[in-house]
Amino acid sequence: MNETEAPEYGKTEPAEEWKLRLFVTDWTPRCVVAYRNLKQICHDHIENKCDIEVVDVLEHPDLARQEQIVAIPTLFKTWPKPERVLVGDFSKVADVLRALDVPRWLDG
Amino acid sequence: MSSARKQTNSLPTLEKVPTGIQGLDEITGGGLPKGRPTLVYGSAGSGKTLMGMEFLVRGITEYNEPGVFMSFEETEGELTSNVGSLGFDLKSLVASKKLLIDHVVVDRSEIEETGEYDLEGLFVRLNSAIDSVKAKRVVLDTIEVLYSGLSNTGIIRAELRRLFRWIKDKGVTTIVTGERGGETALTRHGLEEYVSDCVIFLDTRIREELSTRRLRIVKYRGSAHATNEFPFLIDEDGISVLPVTEVRLEYPASNERVPTGIPALDVMLGGKGYLEGSSILVSGMVGTGKTSLTAHFVDAACRRGQRCLYLAFEEAPEQIMRNMRSIGIDLQPWVKKGLLQFHATRVSEQGLEKHLLSIQRETAKAQPAIVVLDAITDFGTTGTAVEVRQMVLRLVDFFKARGISTLFTSMSNRADLEETGVGLSSAFDTWIHMSNVQGDLERNRTLVIVKSRGMAHSNQVREFVLTDRGVELVDIYAGAGGAFMGTARLAQMAADEAADSALREGVASRERQIEAKGRALEARIAAMRSEFEAEAKESEIVLAGERARGRVLAEATKTLGKHRGAERTARRRRAKE
Repeated sequence: MNETEAPEYGKTEPAEEWKLRLFVTDWTPRCVVAYRNLKQICHDHIENKCDIEVVDVLEHPDLARQEQIVAIPTLFKTWPKPERVLVGDFSKVADVLRALDVPRWLDG
Repeated sequence: MSSARKQTNSLPTLEKVPTGIQGLDEITGGGLPKGRPTLVYGSAGSGKTLMGMEFLVRGITEYNEPGVFMSFEETEGELTSNVGSLGFDLKSLVASKKLLIDHVVVDRSEIEETGEYDLEGLFVRLNSAIDSVKAKRVVLDTIEVLYSGLSNTGIIRAELRRLFRWIKDKGVTTIVTGERGGETALTRHGLEEYVSDCVIFLDTRIREELSTRRLRIVKYRGSAHATNEFPFLIDEDGISVLPVTEVRLEYPASNERVPTGIPALDVMLGGKGYLEGSSILVSGMVGTGKTSLTAHFVDAACRRGQRCLYLAFEEAPEQIMRNMRSIGIDLQPWVKKGLLQFHATRVSEQGLEKHLLSIQRETAKAQPAIVVLDAITDFGTTGTAVEVRQMVLRLVDFFKARGISTLFTSMSNRADLEETGVGLSSAFDTWIHMSNVQGDLERNRTLVIVKSRGMAHSNQVREFVLTDRGVELVDIYAGAGGAFMGTARLAQMAADEAADSALREGVASRERQIEAKGRALEARIAAMRSEFEAEAKESEIVLAGERARGRVLAEATKTLGKHRGAERTARRRRAKE
């Protein structure tokens, strides 16, 4: 973690909405589970301030190529910085929180 | 016709897709299994990526089958520039929507795994790529990178298994590349477990600073395939696999003859010369006249208007032509006319495989009726004896299959005949050996036909004389004192001529003497005979007297016996009573 960038993060209002982009293939059971888990984490840890954009790569294969999607589900966190890429169904909540830097902003 | 009938009668055979890669389709018996994945593995730099790319490019340009290249390592730009040197213009293929390159990045440092997932994203990308260019061919290079990009190997294994099944269902002919594994597995992550139809191994070895690439078909389910290692090359025309032999031994066997350019040699070879499309070996030590013999052959062919290709590994073309002018053969006009082409290379410049390939290329370009390779022994400096042997065998096959008469020269270090053939004599149809015979004050050249298949040929050693009007073959002079060549032959012939006339004189006088002796003998015999006859007459008279006395004596004895017999029977009768 680069300490000098910390003040940058501080400028972000925790109240602001989180920008998340979830890549799925249709609503397969795993994608449904992933979406539910993500909503739950948003509710429990991010004060429900999540803007989740769901992208079905079956409909936008070019986007999958452009965004280098290999695994499904894949989640992009574009805001707040730093950007992160998560794959999996978000069942390991602690891992998701750590990966999204949530403790630092809200729980911490 | 017959093969088509055969196929309908027998079980459905595995359909194959020609790769278009030179030589690969021959050794696989038609190409890769259609609609199935093929594993191509090898260490870094062994040519996997290139093989995959050429498979796609040839598919597009030669078989009108569009392709998808899914690259896990190199970017589209890198690939384009890497294969650009091989004459593949990926940019235009991509622009014309015949080729789609998808660079897949899986960077572990950026990805957090938070539970179960699958690789459906990859499937979606591959599927849409295939559909967008209507691809029939796919390359996945190198899909094992997933193992370093993602940590859940269980998921990757399951997904790869699913992917290869999906490829079969989709019916796209696919090359999957893999890194060479360790002791226990062919590939590092055991890809061979999923790709079971066809497995090809690429290997690179470096010996004496020249690298040789080799290809081996490890497995080809349901198909006969060659199991040997085949050398292959990567050059400006892509990959070329070189079958050791033409696989099938079917040559157009011609009974036509090709004059040697030396009438006396034609006579030695059953009166007409070499067999058309045959392989000829001319062996001999330094300065025995191999090149002169060759030049005659070439000159005669050009005179007939046939095209010749002269592959020179020893001398520069100018040097050869200058030297041949000194014996009255001017090859320059044929070069100007385009009938004779020289191709001079240094053997040490490149590996054997490359030489073989460039020879094949030059031949394809020149379309010659006659090829000269001067000299095969030069290859001994770049390869082992076995490799040189294989190379020469391949060359012989290559030319024979095309009906090209080929003359190979071979330089031997020793006069020893068996040393000269590079252990290859069986590969050649005609073998002419030339040697130097050193007499008292000079060296003379001789020529002998060691063998010549399919024709009656002379077994005589001939003296090979270089004149300013070319080569002449002279019968070696065999006199009472041995065999003579060169000036010794001329001297001996003169000496023998002189000796002959002296001898003739001597014989005449001897004959007269004998005649006289014979007559004397006759006289003595006559005298002895009359003496004998006189003696015989005398003995005859004596003998007659003796015979008469003998008869009287015998008569007397008989009478006496009769009397004694009567007495004896009378005695017996008395004893009985």
